[in-house]
Amino acid sequence: MIEGQFSTGESFIHGLDPRIKLVVAILFSVVVAVSTSFLALLPALALSLFLIVLAKLSTRKVCYRLLLVNGLILFLWLLLPFTFKGEPLFTIGPLVGTREGVLYASQITLKCNAILLAMIALLATMPIFTLGHAMSKLYFPDKIVHLFLFTYRYIHVIFQEYHRLRNAMKIRSFMPQTNIHTYRSYAYLMGMLLVKSSDRAERVYKAMLCRGFSGKYYTLSGFSIKIRDIFYLSLMLAAILGLVMLQWRLIV
Amino acid sequence: METNSLIVNLKGISFAYSRDKLVLDNVSFQLSRPDRIGLVGPNGSGKTTLFHIIMGLLRPSSGRIELFGRPANEEKDFRGARKRIGLLFQDADDQLFCPTVLEDVAFGPLNLGKSPEEARDIALKTLATLDLSGFENRITYKLSGGEKRLVSLATVLAMDPEVLLLDEPTNGLDEETEEKITDILKGLSLSCIFISHNLDFLFKTTDGIYAIANGKISLDETLIPHPHIHTHKLGRLPHEHES
Repeated sequence: MIEGQFSTGESFIHGLDPRIKLVVAILFSVVVAVSTSFLALLPALALSLFLIVLAKLSTRKVCYRLLLVNGLILFLWLLLPFTFKGEPLFTIGPLVGTREGVLYASQITLKCNAILLAMIALLATMPIFTLGHAMSKLYFPDKIVHLFLFTYRYIHVIFQEYHRLRNAMKIRSFMPQTNIHTYRSYAYLMGMLLVKSSDRAERVYKAMLCRGFSGKYYTLSGFSIKIRDIFYLSLMLAAILGLVMLQWRLIV
Repeated sequence: METNSLIVNLKGISFAYSRDKLVLDNVSFQLSRPDRIGLVGPNGSGKTTLFHIIMGLLRPSSGRIELFGRPANEEKDFRGARKRIGLLFQDADDQLFCPTVLEDVAFGPLNLGKSPEEARDIALKTLATLDLSGFENRITYKLSGGEKRLVSLATVLAMDPEVLLLDEPTNGLDEETEEKITDILKGLSLSCIFISHNLDFLFKTTDGIYAIANGKISLDETLIPHPHIHTHKLGRLPHEHES
């Protein structure tokens, strides 16, 4: 399910302290998400591309992930230019594309890709449980950290359970069709999955109680900040501050 | 350690999941140091329920529970007892919830107040005693069924319990892994209750076998070791049996 293709590596980015990467990823995403000016968005995309290069990830795999997201964005391009009110830019038959619509769609495209690339470069370059621990060390609420780690641990089990149920249907010659029998069977499948997951949650909680769990999650791993972490953090903070200034025209 | 060697004392316990059928019906049951007890019974007869009642995960509708000589009524009474009783769940996937083996085995010791360094040491040592050295960074959900069972056992043993409650520890294991678990359990000098359908396993690891049926528990006199004719794989090849 979740393979963590990028989680191990020898690059500069892989060697950074996970907490630093998490902080930078959050700041960067927030700033990019609220930015509207191309003056800020284009450098942001360049910055995230630079991070990808630093992380030495396989270009093919990164492109594949981008493709998935940009598939969705394609729909925005099919809709936004024709539904946004504004100055007409081009016409295709009876449809009129507006300048504002095109600009808006390009903004979203830039934002999405910049944030996604930064997330791949910064967050996907550590094992998922390290990310959970980094969250915990940065004083994220315990509940969020637990939810995160448990989702990762049990999504696989639930997925297997789903497959078992699917196979149980298949071996009794179930063929999905467009009829009420199919809909009902799928509803049973989803319902059963929900009930089973909830039962499992109950059992896991009991197993944790048996091992002395009392609501606090302790972790084994300690992180340490090195000089290069400080160096990287200052550099990234400066870059993000630069994006903020470009966006709100404090410079240029 | 208390001078009283009675560890678990259940008096008149009744429990029902639904109104129409009692799973446990006025059951009394004792476990003393150094008893090693096997528990057999049909599916749905309340074996697991009994374990969960001892651990305080389920509350009986009537009856009294004493653990280590003290009455246990509330969550806080059980919380103390859980540190001294190790329960192995039937499904290892319920027990292993941390991403890596090391973290999972260290989870109990950390909850007992050990420092991360101590917990790591305990976890590594426990894994080593179960022949699981080198497993510490493995991802728990990617382990095989037998490995999962052994790691679950490690998570329980790492808490250094005085009593072990194992719920079908050999269920679904191949012969080799079953033998390994049997050897490990024979070597432990802990009081224990093992639930199993595997009588050979119980004969090897316990001193007495109790049967649970129709809501009652009784010492099963018929279940005493005796020689018998049996079938097994590759029986035509020359082989020996333990006497």
